[in-house]
Amino acid sequence: MSEQALQIRLTLPRADFALQVDLRLPARGITVLFGASGSGKTSLLRCVAGLERAQQAHVAIAGEVWQDEATRLFLPTHRRALGYVFQEASLFEHLDVQGNLDYGVKRARAPQARQTLQAAIELLGIAELLRRRPAQLSGGERQRVAIARALATAPRVLLLDEPMAALDLARRLEIMPWLERLRDELSIPMLYVTHSADELARLADHLVVLARGQVQAVGPVQQVLASLQSPVVVGEDAGVLLQGRVAERDGDWQLARVAFEGGELWVRDRDIPVGQSVRLRVLARDVSLTTTEPHHTSIQNHLPGRIDSIAPDAHPSQVLVRVRCGEAVLLARITRRAQAMLHLQLGSIVWVQVKSVAVVQ
Amino acid sequence: MPFDPAALQAIWLTLKLATLTTLLLLLIATPLAWWLARTGSRWRAPLNALVTLPLVLPPSVLGFYLLLALGPHGPLGQLTQALGWGLLSFSFTGLLIGSVIFSLPFAVQPLQHAFEAQGQRPLEVAATLRARPLDAFFTVALPQARTGLVTAAILSFAHTVGEFGVVLMIGGNIPGQTRVVSTQIYGHVEAMEYAQAHWLAGAMVLFSFVVLLSLALLKRQRGPGLP
Repeated sequence: MSEQALQIRLTLPRADFALQVDLRLPARGITVLFGASGSGKTSLLRCVAGLERAQQAHVAIAGEVWQDEATRLFLPTHRRALGYVFQEASLFEHLDVQGNLDYGVKRARAPQARQTLQAAIELLGIAELLRRRPAQLSGGERQRVAIARALATAPRVLLLDEPMAALDLARRLEIMPWLERLRDELSIPMLYVTHSADELARLADHLVVLARGQVQAVGPVQQVLASLQSPVVVGEDAGVLLQGRVAERDGDWQLARVAFEGGELWVRDRDIPVGQSVRLRVLARDVSLTTTEPHHTSIQNHLPGRIDSIAPDAHPSQVLVRVRCGEAVLLARITRRAQAMLHLQLGSIVWVQVKSVAVVQ
Repeated sequence: MPFDPAALQAIWLTLKLATLTTLLLLLIATPLAWWLARTGSRWRAPLNALVTLPLVLPPSVLGFYLLLALGPHGPLGQLTQALGWGLLSFSFTGLLIGSVIFSLPFAVQPLQHAFEAQGQRPLEVAATLRARPLDAFFTVALPQARTGLVTAAILSFAHTVGEFGVVLMIGGNIPGQTRVVSTQIYGHVEAMEYAQAHWLAGAMVLFSFVVLLSLALLKRQRGPGLP
């Protein structure tokens, strides 16, 4: 995090707890604000946007201060160069799609406004929808228009508040690739609020975990998920993300080999071309450990590694073991008895067996 | 010729009064309804009640107080005299003031409901798209409340056309000044001129029916959110 693009320090009292954060977030990529409902993540986003006014706040982006209560500075929302995508698309129903896009463009008065608008239209693939009314759009299309409308103002940061929460599964799958495209092609930071483990796994570069208004963990997503200091259970189980590349596709067995720094894993072939970057999710419960290289086993994905930490798990019978394989780390959930029988301790050399891998993109 | 010159004059005066009342009401009721829909002030409830008062008060009560206020010893009467405008009671201007107050709830309520139904969201969206609050009001809140606006205008106009008690109390019955259709009909009936009364009364029934019909059609077209 050399470039500290976004600086957010604030306190906001709420009915049952106080939102209290002090964050420095990177200048690029998607930072996911993750937490259960009512953990304060939407409030945090609204404070950054100036839709709510926090106390003792300091909000700055790329050196431009938006709020600084020490000097009583508070820029109203309309003077902050941001894009905001609300949970429901909130398109202006009295305007068509073009009118919605133009609304922000006219007011932002950004240089090269036309090109920015055109780029947003192309990035979100909505060129065919410009003459439609919001009522004639599907949920996914509405949200794409809302994102394009926010981007067309040439914002310095894009804030997304659970943009897929109001969509059904099919629509979510439809809009996900567009969000991935944003992450890969935009040069501005995005703050993305969600409580969905799938969205986190697919989209996050950087992760902030919130609980009852407090930051539980913050850092690059792979690092945070692989950390045992404060294990972050995302979705139903702890697990890690591995960033890799498709190295080979085996048509006979319908498998693809994904190489990452630290090893390679065979996964189900999902028609992803060789060379394409992919993200793998490996849950701790799908990982087992052996002290010798396994041979006669149906689990064919195995990697050598070294144990670099062991932590108690939720149930006293179990422990979470973190294994470093090259540059990558994996989490394994095993029983304490297995740990004792195999004499596993810090620095032990083990073979990691991976029973199941999910390709998240 | 069903309408004699006196009837035509009354119709013209009624339309003029209703049009001016409607225009004035939209100017007054829009900010008032906006404030009532948004504010968290402790004055909201009392003001809401005050605005709704003309809905439940007998027009004669309203007219009586207005007559006193606008009369030579009333505060407004003294003010208008001091300003050199003379007395407004028994004048068209006085009648206009009375009509505006009398129909105030009919203009405020549909607008207030429309603004309340919108919630805060459209304005927040507008703010994130760099619109100043006043800009957002005119380009987002008002267009999205257009059904409420149209309803307020139709109801104000129709209600003014149909008023009688207030007219009689503060306007009297001066031809060309304050004699509107409703008082004209009253006059005809008093004078046993049933034929003329029939024509005017029939026209009023037809007019009122058309107004209600158009409101119903508007409601069906625009969906809910109307009174």
